[in-house]
Amino acid sequence: MGWMRKDLLTMQELEPAEIGLILDTAASMKEIAGREIKKVPTLRGRTVVNLFYEASTRTRTSFEIAGKWLSADVVNWSAAGSSAAKGETLLDTAKNIEAMSPDVVVVRHGASGAAQLLARALECAVVNAGDGAHEHPTQALLDLLTIRDKKGHLEGLSVAIVGDIAHSRVARSNIHGMKKLGMTVTVAGPPTLIPPFVQELGVKVCHRLEEAIADVDVVMMLRLQQERMTSGLIPSLREYARYWGLTRASLSAARQDVLIMHPGPVNRGIELAPEVADGPYSVILDQVANGVAVRMAVLYLLAGARAQA
Amino acid sequence: MSLLIKGGRVLDPANGVDAVEDLLIQDGKIACLGKGLEAPDGTPVIAAAGKVVCPGFIDIHVHLREPGYEYKETVATGTKAAAAGGFTAVACMANTNPVNDNRSVTDYILAKARSEGFVRVYPIGAVTRGLEGKELAELAELAEAGCVAYSDDGHPIMNSALLRRAMEYTLPFGLPIISHAEDAHLVQGGVMNEGVVSTELGLGGRPATAEEVMVARDCCLAELTGAHVHIAHLSTAGAVRLVKEAKARGIRVTAEVTPHHLLLTEEAVRGYDPNTKMNPPLRTKRDQEALLEALADGTIDCIATDHAPHALSEKEGDFDGAAAGIVGLETAASVLLDRLVRPGLLSLKILVERLTAGPARALNLPGGSLAPGVDADVTILDPARELTIDPAGFHSKSRNTPFGGWRVTGMPWMTLIGGRVAMWERVIKGGIHS
Repeated sequence: MGWMRKDLLTMQELEPAEIGLILDTAASMKEIAGREIKKVPTLRGRTVVNLFYEASTRTRTSFEIAGKWLSADVVNWSAAGSSAAKGETLLDTAKNIEAMSPDVVVVRHGASGAAQLLARALECAVVNAGDGAHEHPTQALLDLLTIRDKKGHLEGLSVAIVGDIAHSRVARSNIHGMKKLGMTVTVAGPPTLIPPFVQELGVKVCHRLEEAIADVDVVMMLRLQQERMTSGLIPSLREYARYWGLTRASLSAARQDVLIMHPGPVNRGIELAPEVADGPYSVILDQVANGVAVRMAVLYLLAGARAQA
Repeated sequence: MSLLIKGGRVLDPANGVDAVEDLLIQDGKIACLGKGLEAPDGTPVIAAAGKVVCPGFIDIHVHLREPGYEYKETVATGTKAAAAGGFTAVACMANTNPVNDNRSVTDYILAKARSEGFVRVYPIGAVTRGLEGKELAELAELAEAGCVAYSDDGHPIMNSALLRRAMEYTLPFGLPIISHAEDAHLVQGGVMNEGVVSTELGLGGRPATAEEVMVARDCCLAELTGAHVHIAHLSTAGAVRLVKEAKARGIRVTAEVTPHHLLLTEEAVRGYDPNTKMNPPLRTKRDQEALLEALADGTIDCIATDHAPHALSEKEGDFDGAAAGIVGLETAASVLLDRLVRPGLLSLKILVERLTAGPARALNLPGGSLAPGVDADVTILDPARELTIDPAGFHSKSRNTPFGGWRVTGMPWMTLIGGRVAMWERVIKGGIHS
């Protein structure tokens, strides 16, 4: 099948075959990273604008490298010190950028729904690089690619997502993607960090770390935002780390072939003990490497394949 | 002002009237009702066959935004919107700038209404100074200046002791306190109903419980003090149950519901349209059903729009950042006729009662009746007229409605205030000032 969408906004709206297409395309892109000259002419003459309203190093850099390896012109626009700081609205900024004729706008914004808002307003392709607590589809795609690489397949696998599910766009995108591909998902964390009615998305809920990780193929740890304590959701970082931090000891409950994932940046010693983050089960750096391949695939499908069709 | 309205279906629930009759208005008052009435020579005659002739609609929950937010709405534009929507009177909330917490502001609003208004305007005074929930406003003087109720609408009073004192202090004035029932802590960070949709959309939730704990508290305080508390924009099944129980126990509580809570659910928020953002938020189908049942059985006394105009710039961005609230004066009658009365979910008689006698009773206002001798405030509906709701044609300064583009059947056809035509065929004819 071919890619038909103007934008990549959510995992929720993708068909399983579309996810498969992105993963297969990404797999074919991975070879470029191993070349001495990491550049193909696929998106030559095309312009990608990274429009980031939230601090991000990994995701922005990943999109930038992806665009550059495909020979696109990549422009970074960040909110700090820009017209956004002078009061320009998201929509105005985006329309101004569109007036400069980009082919793809990659947007990260703190408000859920911001990517949809842009996609409706702009004629160019829009990629959601994270909107509020809603979705972060390329993160889920790179997670799926990493799991598929390591396990050889996806269907039938079980995953535990652990931590602040309530505020996590990574969790939401992964839940949708994994359910569509026939995987089993358990979300785990203190009840204050589990969003209401999350079971209706087809996941199991667990309130004990050891129980959640006991018999799964993949454990995905989420970053704990420090501000969760001041809002009364958890008593202290210390207590959170004690009950929800993945350590070598708690890992003894897990399977021998478990994969440990984390979308980064890691709070070492809080949700992940350093020896686990750097340990043999960790595929965190594979995730980062696959991030570039997935974003190359997405940029190619949105800007390259569509234009050639 | 004399006028004969001939051949319409006169629907006056307050007086048990529902018959095809003529209505004679003389000197701005209802003169008489009967079949085959003859008007004195020179009296204009309005042919109303096929139309429904009702007491003037009263909306007890409107934000006119003046003074202070004239870019959203003014007394002139808001009351023009009211006349266009079939309303002959509105009660306006105190969250202006400056806040209507002293008689100068009340005087200003009433003066504006006299000089520029198109329908009757009843100001609602603040309960607390600056709506800050800390000290009582000058409640006696507000009553004397002409306020018809007190409310910190939009800023729920979290200090129960202060609310108790307000209820006690105002008892001698006979004015109700209107409660915007949402616990400020429980709704913190929330922008829509808390539920599976907020979880999917990644938006902060405002739980139904936030409303219910406040309704329960308000009813308890009303019982303690003997005061009359009116619950604004009831939106949950649990809150309906609490009001019903309180009424059964003889507590002086009344309640209103908005058209949007009757007609929309949280599902409407998918797509992140800021015109589906308001407080309290759109709830679930189960809540919607409970509200409709309560409206029909009288647990809910009246319909009020919570007309909350906002400029486009406040409603075009992301959902979190958008202002809460929607306009309602110019859509209420049409959407309710089309989506509740036409499919048989609510009788026309009850709908009209809840827009006329119901609100008049809730805030002890004049009107809501076509009894001989009362001011001739009359709303005439055309139940067969088909139209598409077009926000561009609103008389309000603002366009923030989720009902734009709806195809509906039924609309207000004429609005009469004191026997004078204020609106006819969607055209504003003149105001109480002219």
